Amino acid sequence: MTKYLIKKAGILLASLFIISTLTFFLMHAIPGDPFVQDKAIPEEILKALHKHYGLDQPLYVQYAKYLKGLITWELGPSFKYQGRTVNQIISEGFPVSLVLGVEALFLAVCGGITLGAIASMKHQRWQDQMTMVIAVLGISVPSFIMASFMQYVLAMKLDLLPVARWGSFSQTIMPAISLAALPMAFIARLTRSNMVEVLQQDYIQTAKAKGLNSITILFKHVMRNALLPVVTYLGPLTAAVITGSFAIEKIFGIPGIGQWFVMSITNRDYTVIMGTTIFFSVLLLLCIFIVDLLYCLVDPRIKNPGNESF
Amino acid sequence: MKWPVCASLSLMLMASSCQNGGPSSYRPTKQELRLNIHSEPPSLDLRKATDVTSVSVIRMCFEGLVSLDENGMAVPAIAERFEHSDDYTTFTFYLRDAKWSDGQPVTAHDFERTWKTMLLPTFPCEFASDLFILKNGEAAKLGRCSVEEVGVQAVDARTLVVKLDHSVPYFFSLTAVHAFFAVPEHIVSAHPDWADNSTEKFVGNGPFQMKEWRHHNFIEVQKNPHYWDQEKVRLERIFLTLIEDESTELTMFENAELDWAGSPMSTLPIDAMASLKKKQEVTTYPMSGVYYYVFNTKEFPFNNIHIRRAFSLCINRKAIIDNITQSEQVPAMAMIPPTIWKEERRYFQDHDLKEARREFDLGLEELNITLSQFPPITLSFNSASAHHKIAQAIQEQWQRTFGIRIRLENKEWKVFLDEMRHYKFQVARMGGIASFKDPTTFLDFYRYLSSSNNNSQWTNPRFTELLEQSEKIFDQQERTALLMEAEKILIDEMPIAPIYFYTGSYMKKPYVKGVYISDMCDVNFKMAYVETK
Amino acid sequence: MMEEQALFQPLDRASQLLVEESEVVAPISYWKDAWLRLRSNRSAMFGLITLTILLTLAIFAPLFSHHTYYETQLHLKNESPSATFWFGTDELGRDLFTRCWWGARISLFVGITASLIDLIIGVMFGAFAGFVGGRTEEWMMRIADILYTIPYLLVVILLMVVIGPGIFTIILALTLTGWINMARIVRSQILQLKQLDYVKAATALGASRSRILMYHLIPNAMGPIIVTVTLTIPSAIFAEAFLSFLGLGVQAPIASWGTMANDGLSAMRYYPWRLFFPATLISLTMLSFNLLGDGLRDAFDPRLRR
Repeated sequence: MTKYLIKKAGILLASLFIISTLTFFLMHAIPGDPFVQDKAIPEEILKALHKHYGLDQPLYVQYAKYLKGLITWELGPSFKYQGRTVNQIISEGFPVSLVLGVEALFLAVCGGITLGAIASMKHQRWQDQMTMVIAVLGISVPSFIMASFMQYVLAMKLDLLPVARWGSFSQTIMPAISLAALPMAFIARLTRSNMVEVLQQDYIQTAKAKGLNSITILFKHVMRNALLPVVTYLGPLTAAVITGSFAIEKIFGIPGIGQWFVMSITNRDYTVIMGTTIFFSVLLLLCIFIVDLLYCLVDPRIKNPGNESF
Repeated sequence: MKWPVCASLSLMLMASSCQNGGPSSYRPTKQELRLNIHSEPPSLDLRKATDVTSVSVIRMCFEGLVSLDENGMAVPAIAERFEHSDDYTTFTFYLRDAKWSDGQPVTAHDFERTWKTMLLPTFPCEFASDLFILKNGEAAKLGRCSVEEVGVQAVDARTLVVKLDHSVPYFFSLTAVHAFFAVPEHIVSAHPDWADNSTEKFVGNGPFQMKEWRHHNFIEVQKNPHYWDQEKVRLERIFLTLIEDESTELTMFENAELDWAGSPMSTLPIDAMASLKKKQEVTTYPMSGVYYYVFNTKEFPFNNIHIRRAFSLCINRKAIIDNITQSEQVPAMAMIPPTIWKEERRYFQDHDLKEARREFDLGLEELNITLSQFPPITLSFNSASAHHKIAQAIQEQWQRTFGIRIRLENKEWKVFLDEMRHYKFQVARMGGIASFKDPTTFLDFYRYLSSSNNNSQWTNPRFTELLEQSEKIFDQQERTALLMEAEKILIDEMPIAPIYFYTGSYMKKPYVKGVYISDMCDVNFKMAYVETK
Repeated sequence: MMEEQALFQPLDRASQLLVEESEVVAPISYWKDAWLRLRSNRSAMFGLITLTILLTLAIFAPLFSHHTYYETQLHLKNESPSATFWFGTDELGRDLFTRCWWGARISLFVGITASLIDLIIGVMFGAFAGFVGGRTEEWMMRIADILYTIPYLLVVILLMVVIGPGIFTIILALTLTGWINMARIVRSQILQLKQLDYVKAATALGASRSRILMYHLIPNAMGPIIVTVTLTIPSAIFAEAFLSFLGLGVQAPIASWGTMANDGLSAMRYYPWRLFFPATLISLTMLSFNLLGDGLRDAFDPRLRR
């Protein structure tokens, strides 16, 4: 087991190295300068700024310096936001996105599996059609449209919830629902699809014939086999959701980390781009690793990946 | 299972829409103002500030040597009196007994050190060029001389003598710009990070002082008891939320969660304008800024003056203003906004199709091509919805009038800036707001071929000569005549097609009073107050 | 003796079989069976018919409309639906009905093409990785992870600068990472399915890898595959809107449903039709794809065969 973990850690580090290298050079390959504004700056001042931030040195020198900082987890200062470091930005923004993300995931998983289960058990009856329509709405209406709509109806017209900002629990409700809609719909449909198949298997009929009640059947037999694709989907979904959504955070004025992923690129804030990318990569690779481990739990027939070759 | 929920929701919806009271009957009980700024200030260190939002907040906490009254005339602020030499190159300011928010006195040394620090070659500030007007300012920044040789000196603790590079009659009003403010030397020299967060180190000399700055969340300022004029300040607290989305801001304003929506710290959503104007809740003020399209005069076919004039004359500015931007902007048939020179100058007619076609044909003749040989034109702009819509309207106008093909190229912001810098465009959208209230703030863009803002690559020897001459004259009328002649040359040769002069639109609650906004987007809350219950 | 003989009569086998055969319905092929099942599925047929109508309108409606999609009549901006403008006008006075059907062409073409490519790449990548296992699988999945984490916006800007905007650039941008989700899900299904006995049996019998993949594993993973495809299509449509906003896609005045929905969002409170029509068309298309997809799944499922 230890050998497996060490090997895995090695692969993760190698992946991180590749990601940071590719991102670094990609970042410098596109045109645009962090300091140029629409009102032009004299060339000499621009050069002085570049020198101050070390941007006048050759790329490989900058890259080596950056890697060194990465190992000590000192991600550098932001070029646009004076006096703030990338570490600060992440440590201030991530907890907010995390809370919102966990809330949304909880909604998505519970809501999605429940809807999917109901739909599959009433296959092709009206409950099935109904959940289908709801799921399609969740998939085909983008989160920001849903968010704006909810804001208008629930906050402004009905005065049930606060319009925006972050601080109290009621301020998390609309953003969480907006974030959860698409994953919930997808999870519902995945669950339904697999459960329909599983429910028709012979061993389920056997269990029913033997007299087991539906709920036991559901949890002991059906769920574990049907949830594999849901677990797969949850891996990258978790990493993506807890690092926030640019659109939702913008609409509700939430000080999370999601907006930084887009803003840093728009501002060509090189250090922030690298910092957020690495941070996200670490989270993603961890989540995927956990998911791979979970496979063995969900379906004992699946051996540890990496053990068998055909 | 879902139907009862839907039914009750719809019932509540119907019930609430008949409801009266609620947000519209809200009245404040304390002297507090709730505003929104739509972007996080990159820095609140006035030496490094780059955008209107940051400057608005900075102006709450800092004040300069002078302030501007409603007519744009300089009135005493930190300086209680000031005088100038006859040739307008030397200016003396006598400071009053003002204090920083930590109780320390504001001295002339603060101003001297602030300006000199900004002009250090190693100090990273993007708009030090505002200070190039000082003697040796540019030389110091470029490292050609020591910063101590810059023409500003604190003769004693309360007297500041400034020497300029050339004659600048309007220098007093210039010192009202934030670049000429001061930061507290006694704090800044010891703590370089004084402005990064809201701590006791964030000390200013303005009507308000920083209480808390939670990044990307909110900024809170409270009245500064050490401010020299603090008896006149009635507001106790200003709370600034940081919400980027303009629709959300408007919703919060309508829900009585904000007292102000829109310019200058934010914008009102364009699609809401028609409805809001009908309810007569919007106030619009003129701004010293111009929205224009710039031609690359070294690229075929815009190297021909008639083609440029044709394209400019064809544009239907009024239709764009009435239907797309919808904020009572002023159609621009000149370069300098009417806020700067009070009289409105129109060098040509808006949407002059006859003249446009005549110029176009003349252009084709001079270029020795036929209509079918006219190349397709690319119009570039950055991805923001208003630019997109204006571009579509103008694209259609040009295509319809001249029978040619126009391609739109919507570019990402930094890519757009990069291509403008390297002259990789044919015609592109640009906009500029005055840094200070003088025509040269716009005309200087095109002074030399090498001027950093001269994307058009246009140059005219007489134009350059007029601008250089104006620096040596201090008689207002003579100077104005020279600059007007320069403007006429610019419009005659049309390296740029002005479209409209900016305005700012905002909504404020009726109980908010005393907020003063200049046409340079400087908003002053010193005299603001709230009518409480 | 006589009763025993009466109880058990020898059957005339030949004549008996003849009778049975004439009563038995002729055996039908797999495809015909699937089609019959699909036809009897009402919601699936609703989906199919709606899609056909949408496609027909997308192809023909712009040709027969009185208005153009590009003519701006600024004084007619933001008009609500009426007899002249069936879906109303947009902020530049252009007929929304015509624009919706021009937009349909873009959205449907981009959405379906990109999803199809994502489907093929995703299924092949994921199935191969899951089946082969070992170090190959490990590195294949890591490559997918690396592609997934690299900031997409950077890649998009690079494409915009290097290749330039256009409909094929958008499809390229969409298919760079759009297949990863599908690949992961397919891989997990394969991991589960390859443990089943009949797969081991097939291997023992000497079936080649590709045969096992194509005939045994992938068809049994069809459920999640179809569900994922029905997610990929709307994702593609909205990603295209986002990319077009940045300048990568089709240039104005052509707009896709996603772009129109984006534009209509800020006007939702004042001119709701600008959002309503493109958004409803997207939802309707998605609903139809989903219903049809589910119906196809049910139709082709060998276990439901009667």
